[in-house]
Amino acid sequence: MLTKSELQKTAVEMLSRAATTLPKDVVQALKLCKTNETNKIARLQLDTMLRNLELAKKLRSPICQDTGIPLFFVKLGSELKLNFDLSRALADAVREATQKIPLRANVADPLSRANTGTNVGEGQPIVHVELVRGKGLQIDLVIKGAGAENWSRLFMLKPTAEEEAIKRAVLLTIEEAAGQPCPPTIVGVGIGGSADVACLLSKKALLRPLNMKNPDKKLARMEFELKNAANELGIGPMGLGGRTTVLGVRIAKAACHTASLPLAINFQCWAARRASARLVGNKLKVEAP
Amino acid sequence: MAKLIELRPPLSDQKIKSLKAGDIVSLSGTIVTARDKAYARALDLLRSGKKLPIDLRNGVVYHCGPLVRKTPRGPKIVSAGPTTSARLNSTQVEFVKRTGVKALVGKGGVSEDAARELARLGCVYLTFTGGAGVLAAQAIEKVEKVFWQNLGATEALWVLNVKNFKPLVVAIDTQGNNLYLHRKI
Repeated sequence: MLTKSELQKTAVEMLSRAATTLPKDVVQALKLCKTNETNKIARLQLDTMLRNLELAKKLRSPICQDTGIPLFFVKLGSELKLNFDLSRALADAVREATQKIPLRANVADPLSRANTGTNVGEGQPIVHVELVRGKGLQIDLVIKGAGAENWSRLFMLKPTAEEEAIKRAVLLTIEEAAGQPCPPTIVGVGIGGSADVACLLSKKALLRPLNMKNPDKKLARMEFELKNAANELGIGPMGLGGRTTVLGVRIAKAACHTASLPLAINFQCWAARRASARLVGNKLKVEAP
Repeated sequence: MAKLIELRPPLSDQKIKSLKAGDIVSLSGTIVTARDKAYARALDLLRSGKKLPIDLRNGVVYHCGPLVRKTPRGPKIVSAGPTTSARLNSTQVEFVKRTGVKALVGKGGVSEDAARELARLGCVYLTFTGGAGVLAAQAIEKVEKVFWQNLGATEALWVLNVKNFKPLVVAIDTQGNNLYLHRKI
């Protein structure tokens, strides 16, 4: 049976891997962007990003000083028996990783602004648990810095709004954010559900690798069209001009009330840090993304 | 690629005015980090006629909240890329006016209004690639001093000696050119 210390150890490894290296699909996408850019300053930005990635990996240092806040998405098999508190194990992992890697202490009280110093606090780390069939366990981690997160948007559109209105809202948000969320970004879009679910979907959408197509044909088409339109804006890497404003657009949807149409947008910076682990037999294994 | 321009603080008006948007810069010498809380405290002090613990006149301020590892030999900066400068928009101009800073280093630029005022004040805006924290940390030769640690390591004033901190891009120059506003695909 999986123990607390095993889970904690795995979660520390996930945090370490995510903070210091980028998934292959993201590195590939950045390299491809560099070959597509003709603007010298844009190329220089992408080149600096790629050189930084190599150095971070070699030194095992966090890619960015904003090591963000970790978000854990847990798929928990309803038949899986755990003899420990999962949330607590993840919190202990965050505390340990903060010391060990180290991570910057980013978690503060929203009103007093007092920093907890541990990246653990009231409601932190954020853990979303989804119950699934069977005895499995999967943990997906996304690290989110504030530069990108601060440009999150929620629109409650008219239920009669058409696809064009949705796209317009997404593109306006990308244009308004310009260079601030550290482009080229990955843009997560949540459509439907409710206000809270749309926001959650916009984040969960970021988990899907850039080389994995949306299984929903309509959404896949919208993602493609939005990506091309966003890259026509000319914002470019770090907002200094160029062809690469987004690495990808990821859309997720859920059914919603007939009288509403929630739309949420969430940015992930080019340093799109994530990691996953899955229970294989009795062992929780980190999967190289 | 444009020629690499070397900058060494203290910076002269002449040197700053010669910089053009799009120029690539390498910075060596003393720079000081400051972000949200440090700006607020600095302005509180300066408005009441008090002095800052370090003179910033003709100096360089880096919008950065470094990631610091404690070691027996003192603090070691592990990752130190730029933070979003726009968070400081409301006090940016007053800060530059009161401190006499000649160059800001950050990411994302400042508001259009602030950019105009900075140009008038003869202060240039340089940018380093956001997220490239390890490369930036590699350019730090030495932590000279750290002030206001009670604001927390992220928000403190770190006085850093950097060597060949590059590539920095002149994003907003003193002639009113602004790469964020006049983007070229």
